[in-house]
Amino acid sequence: MNQNIHEYLSELEDIPGTRVFTAARARKGYHINQFAMSLMKAENRERFKADEKTYLDEWKISDAAKQAVLARDYNALLDLGGNVYFLSKLFSTDGLPFAEAVSTMTDMSWPEYRQMMLDGGRSPQGNRSIKGGY
Amino acid sequence: MARITAGVGSSHVPLLGVAVDQGKSQDEYFGPIFDGYQWTRNWEASEAKPDVVILVYNDHASAFDANIIPTFAIGCGELYKPADEGWGPRPVPDVEGHADLAWHIAQSLILEDFDMTIINEMDVDHGLTVPLSMMFGTPAKWPVKVVPLAVNVVTYPVPSGNRCWALGEAIARAVESFPEDLNVQIWGTGGMSHQLQGPRAGLLNREWDNRFMDMLEADNDDVRHIPHIEYLRETGSEGIEMVMWLIMRGALGKSVKRLNRHYHIPCSNTAIGHIVLEPTRHSS
Repeated sequence: MNQNIHEYLSELEDIPGTRVFTAARARKGYHINQFAMSLMKAENRERFKADEKTYLDEWKISDAAKQAVLARDYNALLDLGGNVYFLSKLFSTDGLPFAEAVSTMTDMSWPEYRQMMLDGGRSPQGNRSIKGGY
Repeated sequence: MARITAGVGSSHVPLLGVAVDQGKSQDEYFGPIFDGYQWTRNWEASEAKPDVVILVYNDHASAFDANIIPTFAIGCGELYKPADEGWGPRPVPDVEGHADLAWHIAQSLILEDFDMTIINEMDVDHGLTVPLSMMFGTPAKWPVKVVPLAVNVVTYPVPSGNRCWALGEAIARAVESFPEDLNVQIWGTGGMSHQLQGPRAGLLNREWDNRFMDMLEADNDDVRHIPHIEYLRETGSEGIEMVMWLIMRGALGKSVKRLNRHYHIPCSNTAIGHIVLEPTRHSS
């Protein structure tokens, strides 16, 4: 059963607090993600840490994206087409555990987020659909 | 003849690898998770004893960057090293491939209209090495050869559940036409519910995950028709990894027997689940 691509893509935008990594986002964020990928190499991590701004200037990314990287504003980076598996190279460069970095995208502190997970996680109730509100 | 003797679905959360590598698998946080895998570890070692595992997983921006995005890629190499995911490579053994079987499967799948990408050299990340640790513990050498099968579950559209199931069916036919006598398992990894991004991060869905495992045990293929949007709404943006379990399930045929099943919340951001299934052989 083939689905109409426009309906398919439109549904993906109907999830609260979520940026599904669509082709449009992958295209928009290509150079952000390739920058993040470059941090897989130890020598690049060293160069980045020594002077983040200069390192970022080597990449074809917008000033807004550079500011978002410098501020570690991960929600802004998602809006600009970043993907969490690529951005996680920045987490490890900062020595930040994955879950703690993820918590910065929510409205909770890390201890609050960790406790929510221990208590069973965020409920899907009310978090499934923007239009439907369920 | 080679044959698929069992299928395993399992989460592959990177923190489980950290727990193994740092000797924390019996502490208060990780103990219940590793205890849940104990039956399966014993079964793999003393009863199942596979020669080869076809290990379905996804690469997490380790071997592949944003440049080339294969929907289905099969490793046909001799050896794969653990990837450096930014913390240094995991201190686990190198993963030995089964190039003869892998090339046989790759060719068979292409002749069955699955346009596979073939990989000769790559590093393998936690998606592949964590399930090996969960099933085999910390041996000096992995007791199986591995055929890695990497699926794009990151950039949309990812393959449909239906296509994944059909790929599993074709893999089973390919294995059965391999002349060497081999005991082969197929593992589908990833999931279960989790979301690692945005304000909705931390979403878990115990009820849905368990219903999914019920559907895997059923004598029908209804589970292959779950649309992407349902995984996304119900199980978080990264819960879509569960389509990879359908490649495993599709390879087992119409009906299966459940040997083990375990579910635990949480591990880091994720709901941990695993299931062990055996194909039910018919005399026909």
